[in-house]
Amino acid sequence: MAHVNDADSTTDAVMSTGAQPLDVATLRKDFPLLSREVHGHPITYLDTAASSQRPTQVLDAMREYDETTHANVHRGVYTIAEEATRRFEEARRKVGRFIGAPDPSREIVFTKNATEGLNLVAHSWGRTHLHSGDVVVLTEMEHHANIVPWQMLAEERGITIRWIPVDDDGQLELDRLDRLVDGAKLVGVTCMSNVLGTLPPIRHIADVAHAAGALVVADGAQSVPHLPTDVTALGVDFLAFSSHKMLGPTGIGVLWGKEELLNSLPPFLGGGEMILDVRKEGFTPNDIPWRFEAGTPPITEAIGLGAAVDYLGAIGMETVRRHEIGLTNYAMTTLADRFGDDLLIFGPADPAARGGVLSFSYRDVHPHDISQILDQYGVCVRAGHHCAKPLMRRLGVNATARASFGLYNDESDVDTLADALAEAGAFFA
Amino acid sequence: MPGLEDLYREIILDHYRSPRNRGELESPPAQRVEGFNPLCGDEIVVTLDVHDGVVSDIKIAGTGCSISQSSASLMSAAVKGRPVTEVRDLIKTFKGMMSIHESTLPPGAGQQGEGAEATIDVPEPEAIDIDALGELAALQGVVKFPVRIKCATLSWNTLAQGLDEIESAG
Ligand SMILES: Cc1ncc(COP(=O)(O)O)c(C=O)c1O
Repeated sequence: MAHVNDADSTTDAVMSTGAQPLDVATLRKDFPLLSREVHGHPITYLDTAASSQRPTQVLDAMREYDETTHANVHRGVYTIAEEATRRFEEARRKVGRFIGAPDPSREIVFTKNATEGLNLVAHSWGRTHLHSGDVVVLTEMEHHANIVPWQMLAEERGITIRWIPVDDDGQLELDRLDRLVDGAKLVGVTCMSNVLGTLPPIRHIADVAHAAGALVVADGAQSVPHLPTDVTALGVDFLAFSSHKMLGPTGIGVLWGKEELLNSLPPFLGGGEMILDVRKEGFTPNDIPWRFEAGTPPITEAIGLGAAVDYLGAIGMETVRRHEIGLTNYAMTTLADRFGDDLLIFGPADPAARGGVLSFSYRDVHPHDISQILDQYGVCVRAGHHCAKPLMRRLGVNATARASFGLYNDESDVDTLADALAEAGAFFA
Repeated sequence: MPGLEDLYREIILDHYRSPRNRGELESPPAQRVEGFNPLCGDEIVVTLDVHDGVVSDIKIAGTGCSISQSSASLMSAAVKGRPVTEVRDLIKTFKGMMSIHESTLPPGAGQQGEGAEATIDVPEPEAIDIDALGELAALQGVVKFPVRIKCATLSWNTLAQGLDEIESAG
């Protein structure tokens, strides 16, 4: 794995992008949770890759909806039911526009989370199109959410899974990609590794996959919250992501799919909302996207996600991205300066080539113990396998500690992290 | 609020830095059992010899945090040379000490790897004789950190499974 010292060479490139800097101090006031204390220290929240904090604007939007408008959607003719439906569908279109969906009102399926979106593809598309002997290609850096649904199908259907390997810099090894995807029906790839921050070249992978006749399902759980996203430019067929990692509430996620593809798929779950007609002999499925949304959807949560997308949109995802590159660069440089060879960061050496996710090992202190000591200083970092065990095996570790950034983090958070790490080092010396 | 000194007692750090009975016994003849903590990816390998109803030798391999490693080391020192019946009692007592919060953890946490879950009858916390635990009592503070309980019990569940396997093999 690349060592953090290599990061210095890219500083100029990062700094010369003419960034309109984020006013983090002001922006932090929008996030009530960030003003709490833990163990007598102001909280330093560095686990946004697991779940982000929510701004008042999101919390208020949900509360306002609940207090003034709530009714079930797509059902009633009375005023508030009609308003609720309109606001729910408006939230859908906001999310669609946020990711550049060609048809925001038809291509956005609300799910429970990214995991459910990927399972929906495996269930509805996979069960229709995959048969014994078919091949699905995944990468070694996928989250379990984009592995296990395919493994379940592999068991059920007798399909084969091929793996795109990860190299020592934490990048996908793509020189043999055309051979790997040859004869495959589907390629599943993450747009940003939740462990290494790696940003695979999705467009290239999609082009090679499509040339081989395979579809591409992309996991946008980490990328959509932190990078400008345009599904047309990405060139993928499906994209799944979660609201709770992008300043929105838990309980809602999104599956985007190309309209003609979604149109060709059978429903996922059965029940109300997903049908046009039901007779004793059978049912007629509803149009997209409702065909995939059986039962009462997470309405308040959709309103919250809509507000989160408004919030991110007002700041601008280019600005968010620049801020996070700058912060990642600062973190890699700071940690290298303070800890030298004692601290190893996994993944790409170039901060501009990765997301704001830093998995690291520190001497031989176990990630659990690092996280425990850091918690005493109010610093929240993740320890574990991050639901990416095949990647952990590739890295040759059982677990890593992981600090991940959001737009509300700044350099002082990195300094606090470094101070707390020094304490952990002293404790286990 | 529990402090770090409740968790990382001196004896624990000592067993973490210089673990006792490290390695693997040749198996067979030794019984070899693997335990996993799916939450954090820790793995432990317990190999043990039982002769004439006595745990005549035990070794611990695998990787994990200071709590799981020191608990395994303390366990190995505590059970080596002891009759199986006493070892089973000790497992019960130790699990009892750790059970205070365990039932509130998510289902599946700390589950063993392959094979059946060992059946351990956990006594009520008040019925536990902490003194009988000797050095192991140092791990008592772990219960104040509920997510770490599975780290402390990993090796014990693995040992219990090993004893069950030896028993059922006759
Ligand atoms: C890359 C990636 N994919 C998928 C997921 C699953 O997200 P969720 O748990 O919200 O379904 C995560 C979050 O942990 C992730 O980081």
